[in-house]
Amino acid sequence: MSPATPWTIAGVREALQAKKISARELAREFYAQIDRRNPELNAFLTLCPERAYAQADRVDASIAQGHALEPLAGVPVAIKDVLSTRGVRTTCGSKILENYIPPYDATAIERLEGAGAVILGKTNCDEFAMGSSNENSAYGAVRNPLARDRVPGGSSGGSAAAVAAGLSVVALGTDTGGSIRQPGAYCGIPATMPTYGRVSRYGLIAFASSLDRIGPFATNIPDVATVMAVIAGHDSNDSTSAAVPIPNYADEIKSPVQGLRIGVPEDYFGKGIDSEVKAKVQAGIALLEKLGCKRVPLHMPHTDYAIATYYIVATAEASSNLARYDGVRYGLRVPGATLMEMYRKTRENGFGPEVKRRIMLGTYALSSGYYDAYYLRAQKVRALIAQDFSNAFQKVDAIITPTTPTPAFKLGEKTADPLQMYLADIYTVTGSLAGVPGVSIPCGKTKAGLPVGMQIFGPHFGEARILQLARAFEKADGFTI
Amino acid sequence: MKISREDVLRVAELAHLELSPDEVELYRGQLDEILSYIGKLQELDVSHVEPMTQTIPGDLAATHLAAPASVGSLSDRSGSSEPNLRDDIIAPCNIGDEVLARAPDAVKPFFRVPKVIER
Repeated sequence: MSPATPWTIAGVREALQAKKISARELAREFYAQIDRRNPELNAFLTLCPERAYAQADRVDASIAQGHALEPLAGVPVAIKDVLSTRGVRTTCGSKILENYIPPYDATAIERLEGAGAVILGKTNCDEFAMGSSNENSAYGAVRNPLARDRVPGGSSGGSAAAVAAGLSVVALGTDTGGSIRQPGAYCGIPATMPTYGRVSRYGLIAFASSLDRIGPFATNIPDVATVMAVIAGHDSNDSTSAAVPIPNYADEIKSPVQGLRIGVPEDYFGKGIDSEVKAKVQAGIALLEKLGCKRVPLHMPHTDYAIATYYIVATAEASSNLARYDGVRYGLRVPGATLMEMYRKTRENGFGPEVKRRIMLGTYALSSGYYDAYYLRAQKVRALIAQDFSNAFQKVDAIITPTTPTPAFKLGEKTADPLQMYLADIYTVTGSLAGVPGVSIPCGKTKAGLPVGMQIFGPHFGEARILQLARAFEKADGFTI
Repeated sequence: MKISREDVLRVAELAHLELSPDEVELYRGQLDEILSYIGKLQELDVSHVEPMTQTIPGDLAATHLAAPASVGSLSDRSGSSEPNLRDDIIAPCNIGDEVLARAPDAVKPFFRVPKVIER
């Protein structure tokens, strides 16, 4: 396997069908590559070769018997370590779950394996998915495979780095405020946040329940469409999963984009944006116009309030979700003389600094006397931000913005200043709050060789539309513009 | 907004976190800075805005709710704003032993914790 010709889902399929390689041999190739590259990148926390080879053998046996290939037959996949995998350690990047072995599989995992995917292992991430650089992992930072002195983004940094470095063909991440799209932008690969409710979250260890979503990383849009078709859909084990029909993504992404109205909100190109990022995204928009899209200027007046809103809503929900880590039923327990002392010592020792900071902030925002001023007000501003989106989608088919204000920053650059770190999510949190789908696609590189991401938002359940634009952009060589 | 040491200790108590003196000071400063930034939410007039309580409007998520075989246990609530809850029927979940086997301290069928009475 040469890095110059990365494996794609279609490539794996073709090679298996032509019997150029077996699923087992392919898995072995990927593990060899992981052995070589992971010590430096730190993208994987846990490998599960037994499970992977057992699945690969099932795929090979099925091929030998002449059965038709399943949609992801033999495709090596990496999974962010916040998704439960039966019998395989799942840490959430936290010491508090260092030895946690889930007794069941997340629905997304079950669906991937049901479609023939070979799960290689679990990827590094910011602790409980809280972070924008992957530096909040209790198991060390991940390096950006395209610039080793820089962050891969976060919180799904390990999944993004694994795909970008060719250590897996596709990967799953989770996105609460930008945690798929931002690392996708920093690592130069397509990264998709589906509509809230599109993909079941059963077995996803919760951070902020009104925001968390599961979505894929891949190297190309057809692969995104294939994975989406497998993981999307209603699940009776997740009351927030939507029973909305799933379009044929693989067909839909081929539709012509001529005549589509693309909204460009001025609010995403204001102060704080890096001039090279701005220029690349504007060139990307010009390319879409050349492909026949109609550019529509937009004003989304509440954009500037999104970070403040997000850091109240997300931390309030996190403080509640993370109350379950008390040393009683699973994970770390630090003994104490009383139950209360055990809770406190367990949580003090098990959680890292960013998680504690967010629990404190969320607890404060929900506490007596502050609830109305913070949480209730944030939920009202959230409604205004969602209104900005629904107003926009009266006029346009999709919204185009930069994914991030700057390219990947240096390791250690923002760790001392939490607020500056939060502001790295300024263009992604809006769509998270509104529940709409978004994809970040590569849009060229800066002079220093750092990838730039262009973000496409669509209306609720409009993944097909944004992937259709992303595909047209990819085919017109927009990724390397 | 000024966050005091007492505020930090009160919140840590509510959150069951036993912070070290260094952490108390660190979080005091950082929460102060973050909450000052969040203070910008006060600029907006939200007196006539309903708070957002559902990420996807319930009627949108349920609009197409048919009853294909895979969602056979769903009641048909098409067009309603109620979430798509499955019927409240007890179903087996045979992972009890596995869960207890991996718990920090368990005596089947219980999790064991320090004595809670007389606290």
